[in-house]
Amino acid sequence: MKLQEYRSKEILARYGVPLLPGETATTAEEARAAAERIGGPVVVKAQVLVGGRGKAGGVKLAATSAEAEARAGEIIGMEIKGVTVRTLLVAAAAEIAKEYYLGLILDRASKAVTMIASAEGGVDIEETARTNPGAILRVPLHPLIGLQAHNVRRASFFLAIPADLRSVFATTVKGLHAAFMDSDADLAEINPLVVTPDGQLLALDAKIVLDDSALPRHPDLEAMRDLNEEEPAEVQAREAGISFIKLDGTIGCMVNGAGLAMTTMDLVKLAGGEPANFLDIGGGAKADRVAAAFRIILDDPNVKAILVNIFGGITRGDEVAHGIVEARQTLTRDVPMVVRIVGTNAAEAAEILQAAQLITASSLDEAAAKAVAAAKSAPSAEPAS
Amino acid sequence: MSILVNGDTRLVVQGITGREGGFHSRAMLEYGTKIVAGVTPGKGGQTALDARVPVFDTMADAVEQSGANASCIFVPASGAPDAMLEAAEAGIGLIFCITEGIPALDMLRVYHVLRHMGIRLIGPNCPGATSPGQAKVGIIPGSIHRPGPVGLVSRSGTLTYEVVQVMTDAGIGQSTCVGIGGDPIVGTSFIDVLDMFNQDPETEAIVLIGEIGGDEEERAASFVEREVRKPMASFIAGRTAPPGRRMGHAGAIISGGAGTAESKRQALEAAGIAVADSPSHIPDLLRAAGVRG
Repeated sequence: MKLQEYRSKEILARYGVPLLPGETATTAEEARAAAERIGGPVVVKAQVLVGGRGKAGGVKLAATSAEAEARAGEIIGMEIKGVTVRTLLVAAAAEIAKEYYLGLILDRASKAVTMIASAEGGVDIEETARTNPGAILRVPLHPLIGLQAHNVRRASFFLAIPADLRSVFATTVKGLHAAFMDSDADLAEINPLVVTPDGQLLALDAKIVLDDSALPRHPDLEAMRDLNEEEPAEVQAREAGISFIKLDGTIGCMVNGAGLAMTTMDLVKLAGGEPANFLDIGGGAKADRVAAAFRIILDDPNVKAILVNIFGGITRGDEVAHGIVEARQTLTRDVPMVVRIVGTNAAEAAEILQAAQLITASSLDEAAAKAVAAAKSAPSAEPAS
Repeated sequence: MSILVNGDTRLVVQGITGREGGFHSRAMLEYGTKIVAGVTPGKGGQTALDARVPVFDTMADAVEQSGANASCIFVPASGAPDAMLEAAEAGIGLIFCITEGIPALDMLRVYHVLRHMGIRLIGPNCPGATSPGQAKVGIIPGSIHRPGPVGLVSRSGTLTYEVVQVMTDAGIGQSTCVGIGGDPIVGTSFIDVLDMFNQDPETEAIVLIGEIGGDEEERAASFVEREVRKPMASFIAGRTAPPGRRMGHAGAIISGGAGTAESKRQALEAAGIAVADSPSHIPDLLRAAGVRG
């Protein structure tokens, strides 16, 4: 789960990372009041999780509070990569003499939390990694004892941090590391970390991505989830225990298992169709979850056919077949449905599906081809509901 | 004739009295796996699976009294890291962790402790391993297998079953099928399993099932280029996956243009491994490489 900049900074502030004062605002008037309290020039920043907000005009400087109000009025309601801006961060503006990148990631290749530092801050670190890998320092931290003073010194000298700022730099790295560990992050980065002309070290922007598997033990962090920026269908799916990602095609997919779900999408594409979603219904595939999955798939008006692919292992195929037949009766919209159930009790499942006059298939290739054909012959999309 | 599990495997199941643990232990027993003990704290002295398996409170007791040499974990995510460490402390050398949803930082510590102790961990978030006709550990349905010469290694669950099924339907049997798990931190890598298959005289060919995210497949490809002379075939799931989105598995995400199905395909093909467009093409690729069945 990605946290908004202001949430990430809120966490880092607790760990002593040096930040300038800032406040959130949801209206132009609030932005003006915030700017007045902060005093002096401010930056008005759209709080969105998608990248490229600066280029899209979502970050503006304002010399006065009146200007902050005007800029806020322009940014609120703006669309950035499909996301409507609802929240702003109004923060004191800083002059920049030097910019750095400082980050921590969970690196699965080195099986370690790895510190990444670069003197080329303020830009996309992945771009720097491609164009100038020598400009990046990667330090895997010891998995059992964590960040040590010598790790910090190594980054400090690599970045040529001015001698009088080494101490605050050390505080910053240690704070970032403690925040990362305590909140079970996948990524925590400060970009840019800057030195101002008057010799202050400051974190101007921050990003924290949390490990979804650890969220159950961090209810305070879970509460920072920004539902405004998630597909409503994806939120609904998560609540039903379903892993769902919306795509742009016409063939809705319901599959058990993530790898098989991706494979099903790939084979739909190979058969000349486009998948409308990724959907992993998980183990068990109980009737109520099957029903929830159908509702979520059919809420997408682009869906013209559904492909169900269940490999029964834990799950008994006949139970899933019953669940599908039951759920089908409650659906708001009738689209062709191709069902493939293999594995445990597949023969019993086939009888149930045939009695319910569903299109069946024995192989995955056949199922994908039938779903693509069904979607192509279906009448053009009707409005949902 | 196999790797990791066989007729000499003496298994202890951690979490044997739970719903999942009980269900799958029964299936393992029916397949012929020797389950010599179960562990559920507070239920020591009881028995499980129609009195066929004694239950102990601790792994130390279970191992001492049953002589178990492998463990399979069905403990929920909050307790699974501790269960792995308990198995290690009790002297188990081979641990399968089926549990999904373990926080990555917990797993990081366990990974390094077990590695330091020289213990082989498969998983977490994995389906386990089956050596057809000998033993199965984990949750892979036993009915889809057929004994034979092809070793299979995969990061997925049900996709593994899919590939095993198409191989069995085509008359191509398996030496051992191993699911290494879909999490960012897993105990055993593709390379570890490829190395085992490479040294197993009864494994004549190898199938590798990968998916988007990370660079495990790319690193496996360079290992194969250096070390493996057995015929191979592969499939990579996720060609149509959008970048930046986690596709179910915590590990399955294309980030910063890395970890795409296409880059993995290129790396595998450069190492001489045929990559199938569909799981159903794998038997043909194996036949073309001279595999008999």
